[in-house]
Amino acid sequence: MNGSDNRSVQTEEPIFIISSSPHIHSGSSITGIMADVILAMIPAFLTSLWFFRWNALRLVLVCVISCVLSEFIARKIMRRNNTIQDLSAVVTGILLAFNLPPDLPSWMAALGSFFAIVIAKQLFGGIGYNPFNPALIGRVFLLISFPVQMTTWSRWTIPTPLTGTDAVTTATPLGLVKTSLSASGNIPFVFDTTTAWNFFIGIKNGCIGEVSALAIIIGGIYLLYRKCICWHIPLSFLGTIYLFTLILYKTDPSSNMPPLFHILTGGAMLGAWFMATDMVTSPVTKKGMIVFGCGCGLLTVIIRKWGGYPEGVSFAILLMNAITPLINRFTRPRVFGHYKGKRIEL
Amino acid sequence: MSWKMHKENMNSTRIIKPVKKIPGSVHPPYKKELARNAPIKNVSSMEAHFHISMSQHLGAPAKPIVKKGDTVLRGQKIGEASGFISANVHSPVTGKVIDINEEQTLSGAYASSIIVEASDSEKWGVLMPELDWESASPQQIITRVADGGITGMGGAGFPTHVKLSPPKEKAIDTVIINGAECEPYLTADFRLMLEEPENIKNGALIIRKTLNAKRVIIAIEDNKPEAIRVMEEALKNCDENVFIAVLPTAYPHGAEKQLIYALTGREVPSGGLPMDVGALVENVGTAAAIFNAVAKGIPLVERIVTVTGEAVAIPLNLRVKIGTSFAALLNVCGGTKSKSTKLIAGGPMMGITQTSINSSYTTKTTSGLLLLPDNMISTYSSDPCISCGRCVEACPMHLMPCELSILLEAEDITGAEALNVLDCIECGCCAYSCPSHRPLVQHMRAGKAAIMLKRKQQKNTEKK
Amino acid sequence: MSIIETTVIVFGTTGIACGALLAIASRVFAIKEDPRIGKVCELLPGANCGGCGYAGCADYAKAIIMNDAPINLCTVGGAETVKKLSTFLGKTAEAAERKVAIVLCRGDEANAPKNSIYNGIVDCSAANLVSGGNKKCRYGCLGYGSCARVCPTGAIEIKDGIAVVHPELCIGCGACVKVCPRKIIKLIPASRKLHVFCSSLDKGPAVKKVCKVGCIGCSLCSKLAPDNAIVMSGALAVVDYSKNIDDEKATILEQKCPGKCIRKT
Repeated sequence: MNGSDNRSVQTEEPIFIISSSPHIHSGSSITGIMADVILAMIPAFLTSLWFFRWNALRLVLVCVISCVLSEFIARKIMRRNNTIQDLSAVVTGILLAFNLPPDLPSWMAALGSFFAIVIAKQLFGGIGYNPFNPALIGRVFLLISFPVQMTTWSRWTIPTPLTGTDAVTTATPLGLVKTSLSASGNIPFVFDTTTAWNFFIGIKNGCIGEVSALAIIIGGIYLLYRKCICWHIPLSFLGTIYLFTLILYKTDPSSNMPPLFHILTGGAMLGAWFMATDMVTSPVTKKGMIVFGCGCGLLTVIIRKWGGYPEGVSFAILLMNAITPLINRFTRPRVFGHYKGKRIEL
Repeated sequence: MSWKMHKENMNSTRIIKPVKKIPGSVHPPYKKELARNAPIKNVSSMEAHFHISMSQHLGAPAKPIVKKGDTVLRGQKIGEASGFISANVHSPVTGKVIDINEEQTLSGAYASSIIVEASDSEKWGVLMPELDWESASPQQIITRVADGGITGMGGAGFPTHVKLSPPKEKAIDTVIINGAECEPYLTADFRLMLEEPENIKNGALIIRKTLNAKRVIIAIEDNKPEAIRVMEEALKNCDENVFIAVLPTAYPHGAEKQLIYALTGREVPSGGLPMDVGALVENVGTAAAIFNAVAKGIPLVERIVTVTGEAVAIPLNLRVKIGTSFAALLNVCGGTKSKSTKLIAGGPMMGITQTSINSSYTTKTTSGLLLLPDNMISTYSSDPCISCGRCVEACPMHLMPCELSILLEAEDITGAEALNVLDCIECGCCAYSCPSHRPLVQHMRAGKAAIMLKRKQQKNTEKK
Repeated sequence: MSIIETTVIVFGTTGIACGALLAIASRVFAIKEDPRIGKVCELLPGANCGGCGYAGCADYAKAIIMNDAPINLCTVGGAETVKKLSTFLGKTAEAAERKVAIVLCRGDEANAPKNSIYNGIVDCSAANLVSGGNKKCRYGCLGYGSCARVCPTGAIEIKDGIAVVHPELCIGCGACVKVCPRKIIKLIPASRKLHVFCSSLDKGPAVKKVCKVGCIGCSLCSKLAPDNAIVMSGALAVVDYSKNIDDEKATILEQKCPGKCIRKT
């Protein structure tokens, strides 16, 4: 106890706060990061409204509201603190909606949201503890439980088919290719520059958020600028898809689509920029991120080429999520001051 | 003023760039404009009572060699170094010892404190004889530095005479004078470089001579262009082995291991010391204090303290006698102009919070007194880690703070030790970047304390 | 062959082969263990608390058989376990008296104020590292619950900001003693009911500044207590628990203590 001084300068003082250092902060927060992700998804949301109208709005609203409600109720039942203000449930809702076909009934979307939040996230302990991407778990749950409704698409005109006559279909480009190859062994349409450009903008069939590569890339660049994601995963993911489909295409152009086709169709863009980059379920080190992205890309190509499903991005990402802790363990950086082998010569 | 504007006018052979980029690092806002233009002001003796702690340095506390009722003179030794790693303590004022009490130091530990009631605070009572450092032997210089109670003034307070006596097999070839001052808000070293460049230069040359080293590098961050200019001018008659290194501003560029790596490319081995890679780092304040002790016989009883923060009415750089209460310093600066509930001794990244302004006293290692307004104080929470990886990016020791904090939350001490938590330098870069506002540095400190306790207990059981 | 036949044969053969492999392995790789270890382990209470000083009941059982460890170390089982073990092993031993933990501090929120607001990890060791803890008294209980969390039976409650042990639930394992950073939890014989609820080494005037119910070192209790049952350790009164204080004397001591820190439980 310090002695009292009568002749010292004494000043009135408040009750101070004590804590460990540091005493300043960069200002980042989970809510801030999630808000940035939501902003980055606005271009994709706008294109989904443009192409799918009321269905897009309906699905996004249903998913977001279901996710937020599920999280709120689940936390209450588990007697944990309320976490809906960190906006992660909103992000899961929007991402899940983006992964759904436009005609999916609302009750299925709500069920998928409930599954994603409660089973894939809250039962593990909430944000930060989930090993798998909740939105993808929700999508895969719906895909396995309701395979018909999850693979029913709206109408779409095939661009310049090889047969010479216009055709209308209700399949996605990837679905069309898969069924055509396994049935007749032929490519169903020509992938020319116009088609590529259409796919890039979003004039194609697919889940409501994955059709427009342009919108997704704009959002992805915003995320890079705000430092919410690093370039390592998107680049390695898309790059690996491109590389392996290029090898396949060069080997046999008659039964494989060009690499650009694979980048622009299915969930590749959405997966690379928004799903695989989910912080909680992807590796923490830069080297690990590259391994993760390459693994996702490779698995996607394998499933697309030889798997039963036409689209492989969801499964690829989930499989890589499973080995993220292992990747983290094997890509630990060399600690400063620990040498591997020879000491540094003076 | 940008560094690039000055570069054209400078003599470029003396100015060098770092050879490596430091790992990790963060870039907090400098906030130095609050106090950088305030010239060093002597705190006049309105403070009557000085509480001089016997533990102002790393190592064993000094033993008081005066008793209650004794008269002491300004510059007189009042605490004797006790042990190999210890330092002397001298009285900053002439007066009477009114009490010797056990008081809490700024770090929270308790140590003896000699309370002197001052009657004269400016006239020197006792000084050591002046030494001609150019002709003195290294041993004479080391003895003088020990006698003068010189300790590292950058914040750690390692007794300098021990640092200047490395074992014969550890030859030092590079002396680095640390003028980086990477902590935000603080400008004490900056003002010292502007106002006492000769003292710093001479101190650096004394260190080089004592160690028989080859080169001297004075490291300054590029957000202090005026200091670079002034120091360059002061060095104009030196030999060609004295340099100024301009560092890109980043925190923690001034951390010892990172500074050595940036300037020489050598990594101090884990568990080792800078002398293991032939380097030695001393703060600019310590260099100036060494010169004062050697050439003028002045012991270490004063230092520059920056009183700053948006809550302080008039931020100033003050020349403060050790043992002065924080209340007196704040008084000189006009008190607080907005409510502040966090009192920090040191900088915002590594400073220590205090529980009372009236009962906190300046020591040889107090570089700053920081009062942040309430709306700028960050609070810690126990939110979970979201594996964003920002801490891994920011860590200057290439650790994985996220993984370590999860292990330490689960009290897995063995796991944390295997992941090298003992290498943590507690700089705060990780907690600064964490979006979940987790108290990462506190986890590291608790883990390190638990490991050291376990090792001590194991040693005790082995002895039995 | 039909597919069903093929399946049955393949799976049946695989199953039998694996079973045979497991049977062989369990014989070849069997570790020879003294069968008494298993029996002794069954006689122990099975709390795995570590109070005996070994890493759980199985480890203690092994030490009894292999290293001839004393059989009266189990604080949870007490006299009953000693009797069972001595019957089984043919050894005799005195049962140690049942011990319980006690937190020697009464300085709760009302009596021993804090000197600052603490923001950080809610753990006593971690809080003690930050500026020495935020209680004005440097010796008192911080109340962040590390002892309560580590107690295997939930015997410790944080009431009004300090830890209180419920002796009827305490099994005397000593985990709380190890974890307290201020070292104010002690293991005492369960029969002793009179305690000095203060651990402050400060002198009287200094104690009064930080706590209303601290020991002021007046040494009145040490004079009144029979047979040197309370001794002064500097300015702090310390009970010598090897000596008994009868209930009447205990009431007198409780009433006479000017610091209000002596209490009966």
